Amino acid sequence: MSTIADKTVRPQLALSHDVMQAFYRLLAVALICVVLALLSDVFLTMNNILNVLRQTALLFLMASGLTLVILTAGLDLSIGANVALSACLSASVIKLTGSPLLGVLTGIGCGFLIGLANGVLVTALRIPSFIATYGMMWMLTGVTYYYMAGETIHGFPASFRHLGSGYLFGVPMPVYVMVLFLLIGGLFAQRTIWGQQIYAIGANPVAARLSGVPVERRLVLVYAMSGAMAGLASLIILARINSAQGDIGEDLTLPAVAAVLVGGTSLFGGSGTVAGTLIGALILTLVLNGMNLLQINSSWQPLVTGVIVLLAVWIDTRTRRIGE
Amino acid sequence: MSAQAASPTLPLLSRVPGVAIVLVVLCAIFGALSPGFTTPANIANILTQSTILLLLALPMTVIIMTEGLDLSIGAVLTFSSIVLAVTVLATGSVTLAFLAALAVGLCFGLANAALVALLDIPPFITTLGTLGIAQGLSLLVTDGQSVVGIPRSIEHIYSGTVVGIPLPIVIAAIAYLATHALLYHTRFGTYVFALGGNREALRVAGISVRGMLIRVYAFGGVMAGFAALLMTARLNSAHPTAGIGMEFDAIAAVAVGGTSFERGNGWLLGTLLGVIALGVLRDGLNLLAVPSSTQVACIGALVIVALFIDGLRSER
Repeated sequence: MSTIADKTVRPQLALSHDVMQAFYRLLAVALICVVLALLSDVFLTMNNILNVLRQTALLFLMASGLTLVILTAGLDLSIGANVALSACLSASVIKLTGSPLLGVLTGIGCGFLIGLANGVLVTALRIPSFIATYGMMWMLTGVTYYYMAGETIHGFPASFRHLGSGYLFGVPMPVYVMVLFLLIGGLFAQRTIWGQQIYAIGANPVAARLSGVPVERRLVLVYAMSGAMAGLASLIILARINSAQGDIGEDLTLPAVAAVLVGGTSLFGGSGTVAGTLIGALILTLVLNGMNLLQINSSWQPLVTGVIVLLAVWIDTRTRRIGE
Repeated sequence: MSAQAASPTLPLLSRVPGVAIVLVVLCAIFGALSPGFTTPANIANILTQSTILLLLALPMTVIIMTEGLDLSIGAVLTFSSIVLAVTVLATGSVTLAFLAALAVGLCFGLANAALVALLDIPPFITTLGTLGIAQGLSLLVTDGQSVVGIPRSIEHIYSGTVVGIPLPIVIAAIAYLATHALLYHTRFGTYVFALGGNREALRVAGISVRGMLIRVYAFGGVMAGFAALLMTARLNSAHPTAGIGMEFDAIAAVAVGGTSFERGNGWLLGTLLGVIALGVLRDGLNLLAVPSSTQVACIGALVIVALFIDGLRSER
């Protein structure tokens, strides 16, 4: 066991594995920034930086709930379609009642209920999560298109729009929401018993069950939280673009999955952090933003995101094999 | 399977597979609701329209039996169809275009195989990635536009007949019989059952699990290429969004057909019935003028009902 010998000689290095991982990822962020700053004049403008931050916040909100799901070795492919339905329902409620508060509650509630349904499909019907949530994605898309019937709902009260496009001390509002949920998510995962149980389920579901973790209940909770975060993200988009359409969050699922995986959460469950996902979301946003700035055809975006997902999982598989 | 679990009061009903019940119930509902449903022309229409889905559902059954999944199959169909149309426009040779479409399918199948078997990346994430790649390539090649103006001779593949039977049905029947023979009458088929049911035993017996997985995913890609021929012939054009969501229908058909997502329990005839059940559902909803987006929600509900029935029966 040479690892033990290493640990006794240089304990600080063995302890800082997570820190090193975060360091490498921040290095990647810095590298991308330098490349983009050299290639594009627009990249370092205040406008673009605020735009990147706003996009990162949006992607992080979706990806943070997804992180919890992936920590349990599951997957939630329905978040993009969830965003669409939640945004459209909440837009209708705001239009009908004129109350932003009711709209916010509708959006988050709708997302939560969809997540709850995912949780029930996965635990009660024992459908593998990626199939259940993939089916859910298509069903939600169908319901949303039927509900909207090609219409657009637009024009919301300024107090609601403030949530997506407003500023506080020069910083966009979504960034504050992002920081808030970074703290909540990080504390929940690392410092609560439920959070630790989620890690335990992902690392070894059988062992978790035998040591008394209510696996089914925690899984339902995790999918419900992922759904609620998608509902919250839908409100941010709605408030930002000030209109709701059936296809609103369609192409956000794959980037969110990529953000979680690039952020160092293992697809096989049990390891990863919410803070890592923030860095992952930042990397993904920078790449996609960079492609926009360099005027690369947007058709390349799903292709590039697909390749990033595969690379991230491949690296994860390799590190795990070396670890074993 | 469910024969042992047969309850004494309903011995016959619990021996009938769930998908057969689903099919009968769907036919009864739509037969009662819309008068046009039971006409011979409509039934022929259902069967013809189901052929493309069957070509995708057959390899999907085999792949799901190995505890795998192919989410890219619809996007690969789309891209194959586009390559077919572009090739035939560029060279004028239909044969060459067919071969190009099959080659594209095979390439994607092999790419999935390499990622799953050689790099050990989980199938659902592998094929989610290749789905993005195939979809992106489709949009890039066509710039989001349909490829039109392909020769009429291609159209005949979908509208032609052999001794009075529509050509697509003949092609689908051959594909079904070939897959059936492959699955139930060859060593390959036996190993497929073992891949999902007891992979370790296969390994101990000295069979290359990787080699098996490569063949299974390559099969999926090639079948997507064949399906692209029918799709292009049916639309008489290639469209960059033509195959979006086809993988969902294929997975749904396999699930309704009673193939389990775990343990390698597969049933090819069930998939055939599942494909027809989906065809009946789509056709019936079309006759009732239900928009296609809502049909997807109905298919999802059908899958949940089918899985729920199967769950109840296996618990008994």
